[in-house]
Amino acid sequence: MMKINLLQAVNNAIDIAMAANDKVLCFGEDVGGFGGVFRATTHLQEKYGNERCFNTPLVEQGIIGFANGLAAQGQIPVAEIQFADYIFPAFDQIVNEAAKFRYRSGNLFNVGGLTIRTPYGGGIAGGHYHSQSPEAYFAHTPGLVIVIPRNPYQAKGLLLASIRDPNPVIFFEPKRIYRASVGEVPKGDYELPLSACEVLREGSDISLLAWGAQMEYLEKAADLAEKEGISCEIIDLRTILPWDRATIVNSVKKTGRLLISHEAPLTGGFAAEIAASIQEQCFLSLEAPIARVTGLDTPYPLAFEKAYIPDQFKIFEAIKHSVNY
Amino acid sequence: MSALQHTVHTLEFIRGNELAIPTCRILKQDGTVYPGAALPDLDRQKALRIYDAMVRTRALDERMLAAQRQGRVSFYMQSTGEEASTVGFAAALNDADMIMAQYREQGALMYRGFSIDEFMNQLFANDLDYGMGRQMPVHYGSAKLHFMTISSPLATQIPQATGYAYGQKISKSGLCTVTVFGEGAASEGDFHAALNMASVLKVPVIFFCRNNGYAISTPSSEQFAADGIAPRALGYGMHTIRIDGNDILAVYGATLQARRIAVEKNQPVLIESMSYRLAAHSSSDDPSGYRSKKEEEKWRSKDPLQRMKKWLLLQGWWSEDQDKKCFEVVRKKMLTAMKVAEQRPAPTLDKLISDVYDLPPPLLQEQLRQLQAHIAQYPQTYPQNTKATDAGKNNTVGIRS
Repeated sequence: MMKINLLQAVNNAIDIAMAANDKVLCFGEDVGGFGGVFRATTHLQEKYGNERCFNTPLVEQGIIGFANGLAAQGQIPVAEIQFADYIFPAFDQIVNEAAKFRYRSGNLFNVGGLTIRTPYGGGIAGGHYHSQSPEAYFAHTPGLVIVIPRNPYQAKGLLLASIRDPNPVIFFEPKRIYRASVGEVPKGDYELPLSACEVLREGSDISLLAWGAQMEYLEKAADLAEKEGISCEIIDLRTILPWDRATIVNSVKKTGRLLISHEAPLTGGFAAEIAASIQEQCFLSLEAPIARVTGLDTPYPLAFEKAYIPDQFKIFEAIKHSVNY
Repeated sequence: MSALQHTVHTLEFIRGNELAIPTCRILKQDGTVYPGAALPDLDRQKALRIYDAMVRTRALDERMLAAQRQGRVSFYMQSTGEEASTVGFAAALNDADMIMAQYREQGALMYRGFSIDEFMNQLFANDLDYGMGRQMPVHYGSAKLHFMTISSPLATQIPQATGYAYGQKISKSGLCTVTVFGEGAASEGDFHAALNMASVLKVPVIFFCRNNGYAISTPSSEQFAADGIAPRALGYGMHTIRIDGNDILAVYGATLQARRIAVEKNQPVLIESMSYRLAAHSSSDDPSGYRSKKEEEKWRSKDPLQRMKKWLLLQGWWSEDQDKKCFEVVRKKMLTAMKVAEQRPAPTLDKLISDVYDLPPPLLQEQLRQLQAHIAQYPQTYPQNTKATDAGKNNTVGIRS
């Protein structure tokens, strides 16, 4: 085991994947010699050469188009989009191309080798364009896999699984906790399952569900609630698409209550999809409406960041409201 | 070379129209060759393979537009007038080179050996279509013939070709990728992204632009203000050439040399092939609303099939009698194949959810079970095992050029 932060876990996962398979390549803006603006790809060019780890011109649609072609040719590209806020020029290549490549060709061709890594989320004074959580846009696209880790152990195991998954994956990295989240991580190669929730803490009064950086607030809120005698079950969704409904259904049938939290705006957020599905499956078990604690329906605001973030206190209040409904 | 290497001390602008790239033409319309023209090495066997593919492409296009007008197939796109471009480039390649085309390059696929039955199965979206009947007609693909499945969004295949070719380079395959697109698609951001990345990353890719004068109804004069597409390559620091796209020898010769540059030097090349879309954009389009019959007639007289045929006749490799017979045989084959393909059943319902992922996720399997239960309740409304063509008949939706 080694004690590392989330960024080091990402770097370590790519390193292991590149060492294990010559077909794994990583590239993007500033990814090569510099090692990425967050240093997620640091030392990889030194280790594997500039044919396998390299800078690209500053063109997101080109990076993902190029990555799609590489994957179709049989390589395993790990493409970086510097900030999730800048993924939109590549939206067409992701939604119309990567996601449909296998389906439209009847599996003559596929880009299953593709993994797109991109830092997402607020909490770093990044304003409109270094803070967004765009997972819901992509969750509306069959064919994509969307993965978000919450800590270094999860990041390494889920990223290795993502790189090796035979479907195109968008791997959103919670940049607020890139360095703040430190934990014990196995030195060797391991994978964690995709499309599987993890129950972090068992409880009996309410199920709390989130993903990525939001898990930290969820745990803090659960601690506050425990002090008031409320027993919380905490679940990390981990894979947004295709998602693991069964684990959540089982939990809600037990607790009778569900709270979902994400940093992205409320309207059309992935919590809406989960809430709709869970009320279909658990209607007679529910003791209260499914609660959503999310960002507001505004662009991500700089000066109001603290007010905007769905923190542990907002979640705590929503827990009490649900339990006392 | 650094942009700051050469300095001057006067304010001299370079005008946008200063550079005019010439068009290379080797073959005259009467089948003779321009004196001193750079004649490519093309033997009888290869020349006849090319011409045969051009004839079959012309016949397929005629047959299928008629079929669309009869309501037998939902949609079609002809390549009439551009056969020298679309067959000629493919003939200059190694058959294992990857082709990533737009949607009007059936000639290349025909040259590679895609059978008439394979074309028909896709067009009729039947149970033998490799694409499982999921895409509109003309969205062909063949892994064994190294022809990437067509995607409707324009220009998306261009940066993909750069990536594919990068993969060919690092796996030391000795192969290259050719991507084909129209002059309209060259306005998309993906085009520019692809050229710049290919040049910077030193990739063996050939960008083959079919400049056929129109993007649906928009003439090239409203598509760009500069001297066409070819000069754009210079801005990205790559080789470029403009050729007469109705001249099989120019298309073949240029692609042959471009391939050498791409594979031997790992450098991308742009070819601008000047031609004319004699047909409508698609079966849903009517060109009489945006161009004159006179203009069409002018280009009809430059028919690339006629030009190649005359050259073959002069070579003594072909006769008028053979030509007539060849067309007759091919047309008959098309009709027979079409009648077989249109009678085949549609793909089975399970193909609705396969290939979204490598395996259908549980929630998607649940959706299929719900659909199957609903269909069982209303068997008349959702007939199964019927002819593939019933689904998309008389569809008049168009797609862009």
